[in-house]
Amino acid sequence: MSGFMSKFMSFSRINGDSKVAPFVVLLLTVTVLASACNLLLPSDSIFYVSTYTITLLGKYLCYAMLALAVDVIWGYCGILSLGHGAFFALGGYAMGMYLMRQIGDRGVYGNPDLPDFMVFLNWSEMPWFWHGMDQFWIAMLMVLLVPGLLAFVFGWLAFRSRVTGVYLSIMTQALTYALLLAFFRNEMGFGGNNGLTDFKDILGFDLQADSTRVSLFIITALLLCGLLILSKKIMQTRFGKVIIAVRDGESRARFIGYKTENYKVWLFVYSAMIAGIAGALYVPQVGIINPGEFSPINSIEMVIWVAVGGRGTLIGAIIGAILVNYAKTKFTAIMPDGWLFALGAMFVLVTLYLPKGLMGLFAQLQEQLKEKQQQSKNQSGNDSPNEKAEEGHA
Amino acid sequence: MNYFIKICSCLLALLISSSALAELPSAAQQPLLQELTTVKLSKTLPVLHQLEASEGADMLPLFKTLLGGNLYFVKEDGRLLGKYKAQGATLYADLFTGEKLADLTKKQVKKIKVNNRLRGYLGEAIARIQLSNKDSDVRAEAVRSLFSDLDANTIELIRTARLDEQSRSVQEVMDVALALYRADNSDDATERLQAVKDLQGSLEPSVRNQLTKLAENDPSRSVRKAAQKGVDKIAKQAEKYSFVNQLFFGLSLGSVLLLAAIGLAITFGVMGVINMAHGEMIMLGAYTTYVVQLLLPEMIEYSLWIAVPAAFIVSGTVGILIERLVIRHLHGRPLETLLATFGISLILQQLVRTVFSPLNRQVATPDWMSGSIEINPLLSLTLNRLYIVAFALLVFMILLIVLKKTSLGLNVRAVSQNRDMAKAMGIRTDRVDAMTFGLGSGIAGIAGVALSQLTNVGPNLGQAYIIDSFMVVVFGGVGNLWGTLVAAFTLGIANKFIEPVTGAVLASILVLVFIILFIQKRPKGLFPQKGRAAE
Repeated sequence: MSGFMSKFMSFSRINGDSKVAPFVVLLLTVTVLASACNLLLPSDSIFYVSTYTITLLGKYLCYAMLALAVDVIWGYCGILSLGHGAFFALGGYAMGMYLMRQIGDRGVYGNPDLPDFMVFLNWSEMPWFWHGMDQFWIAMLMVLLVPGLLAFVFGWLAFRSRVTGVYLSIMTQALTYALLLAFFRNEMGFGGNNGLTDFKDILGFDLQADSTRVSLFIITALLLCGLLILSKKIMQTRFGKVIIAVRDGESRARFIGYKTENYKVWLFVYSAMIAGIAGALYVPQVGIINPGEFSPINSIEMVIWVAVGGRGTLIGAIIGAILVNYAKTKFTAIMPDGWLFALGAMFVLVTLYLPKGLMGLFAQLQEQLKEKQQQSKNQSGNDSPNEKAEEGHA
Repeated sequence: MNYFIKICSCLLALLISSSALAELPSAAQQPLLQELTTVKLSKTLPVLHQLEASEGADMLPLFKTLLGGNLYFVKEDGRLLGKYKAQGATLYADLFTGEKLADLTKKQVKKIKVNNRLRGYLGEAIARIQLSNKDSDVRAEAVRSLFSDLDANTIELIRTARLDEQSRSVQEVMDVALALYRADNSDDATERLQAVKDLQGSLEPSVRNQLTKLAENDPSRSVRKAAQKGVDKIAKQAEKYSFVNQLFFGLSLGSVLLLAAIGLAITFGVMGVINMAHGEMIMLGAYTTYVVQLLLPEMIEYSLWIAVPAAFIVSGTVGILIERLVIRHLHGRPLETLLATFGISLILQQLVRTVFSPLNRQVATPDWMSGSIEINPLLSLTLNRLYIVAFALLVFMILLIVLKKTSLGLNVRAVSQNRDMAKAMGIRTDRVDAMTFGLGSGIAGIAGVALSQLTNVGPNLGQAYIIDSFMVVVFGGVGNLWGTLVAAFTLGIANKFIEPVTGAVLASILVLVFIILFIQKRPKGLFPQKGRAAE
């Protein structure tokens, strides 16, 4: 165990001041503990973690991955996308299509070839884009390709003609809004208003089984950690440095000779793919995907997760997503009407008073703590340093 | 068939409204009315004759209700009632005062029976009464209502009335009726041919049906040919007018977009921030209208005149508050402003939901705004849309004058062109910001008043317009009011012309995609700002 830890510590040293390694360790520990408590303990034990909680945690981790995607593009490149819900939903739909095909003849209508909603709509054959989606690897390819391609086309068009700032934000919002309208149509062939649901199993494993749920949760956690490390690494490469340069001064970066639009497009594609993966992991755990995922408010909520956690920190995005969604779960259970007030207030207060989010606040407190410690050391006055330290923590 | 249903529903609406407005019967009529409730079915006709002779016009609702078989009376006191259905329930109302008598049961009332002979008489009597009405529109409408069942008696009636008719337009309608009858019933082919020729140029749907019938079935070849020619001509006209109709709908949508977007154009143009709560300013305006009507229930007719300034003040004040409390502190950070204002929009929506309930609220339309102008049978323009087009243009002109002629406008333009330079010249930019924001929000409030006349008022009213309004601003070019005008009408008309081909949802998707592509080509909109102001 100690060897394992030291390995991670050395990894952390490479990353300079980043807290990625301890965070990853923490995340994985919680994951393993929660899974073990679900599978190994009897359900009447006080340490038993219910499958509901596991699914909920899995959902939070999907949101965290989505927040990571938003942070990569917003925190490091200054591109505020209000349409990441679209990439998330597209990934989800690709997974949903695979799961739909797995139902086979176990649907309500018992048609072995067509999903239920197509039978309901009196369609005689499957639309072309449904072919091959019964193969897991094709579906997974689509999870990456469809959001990636959309991001590439959109990004290529937008960044090449130098659409920036609020223009770009609203264009991305219009994009997800257009997709929302489109997916609501039955003619699109994605189940219209009801979306895709009633999934039975994935790769032969029953989706309702505890072991499948725990596995999905663990896979989500592992992928999240993997993507977190990958994103951190990318930001430390030359590519990442140019991206940060673009954020801080795009004209300068361009005049120095970088084709900034190319950097932006590829980062956008990368971010969209992460969002797609998050969507694909989200669907089997939640059990449904419908056009509501495209609604602009969802996309804008993702941004607030990142803002709360602190953008440009990656870990902050993950923490923000988990905290805000935990608050949402609690809030909507206690007082459903209050949630929108709280969410709205969060938008205003975070932008006004916490521009760097919780991570920024944390760093600031640490800084103050250090200063005070130093001061007390220098002064060696009457106040005991312990008291000060406690104040700092509060 | 459709036309028939329409007439029926019109008659029904007329019946309900006219029964509410009917004058009270005179003293001379009272005994006759009482007799009506007691007399045998076979003896009813003479009573009706006497009633028509006494003071015909007042008896119109009575006759109509009787014709529809909806005339009842209270057994106890012989009070005459009209039966009507509302939301599936059968209700009775006093025939003359229109007072609704909700607690009457079926046992307390008795129906006044009517037979075919009476119906025949009643139909003619109603036509007679209407044909002698003082209002020429009512006369023309009476003739039109006879189109579908012309027989020898009604034709005789129309022919006699035609002799005394002074109004040119009513004469024309009467001529059409006579020609229709001849075309249908004459045995002489030349007379039919003449009738068909007389019918040319009329756009009445019954004329079209009659001509289509003749073109297919008439024994005479020349009549068939002439009728076909007439049908083709009408079809061509119909195409033309449906185009005009679509144009009108497009203009009306465009004016709504203009009203919604113009406030956004000002704030975005001057401050470079997107107010995501702009849609909620519209919603607040609509709710202000609702509240004004709630507080002054007897002044529905004038409510809009009060609501417009009230909505301007309410939304404008909220706008200034938002600017002072939030946006000012986020100066120079447009993306954060966008997020903060989005938060405000969530709060405002939830606030309205808590205060007014999440259900849609019905805002009454004053009488002078309801109804429509019928230009010809194929084209009628609804008044509320017409007024809103005019209103949008008026607001636009006023705003243009404010920006060009007042010192506030001068300051606003200066700040939007070059903030730092304006500041250096002594303009208090923070004050200008607040005023601009108030102005833009106030205009959004006014847009809300207009929208309350077109759609339901609910907490989500504004959300539907924020993306569209922003598209208009972007399409037109930032900081350019004329661009906003052109863009709003272009998008409105384009939407309404694509709609019949592709359906409403696909039409809005296509417009969105079009704008996304357009922005690639011209990132600064249709009318970009030129020169130093551009950067």
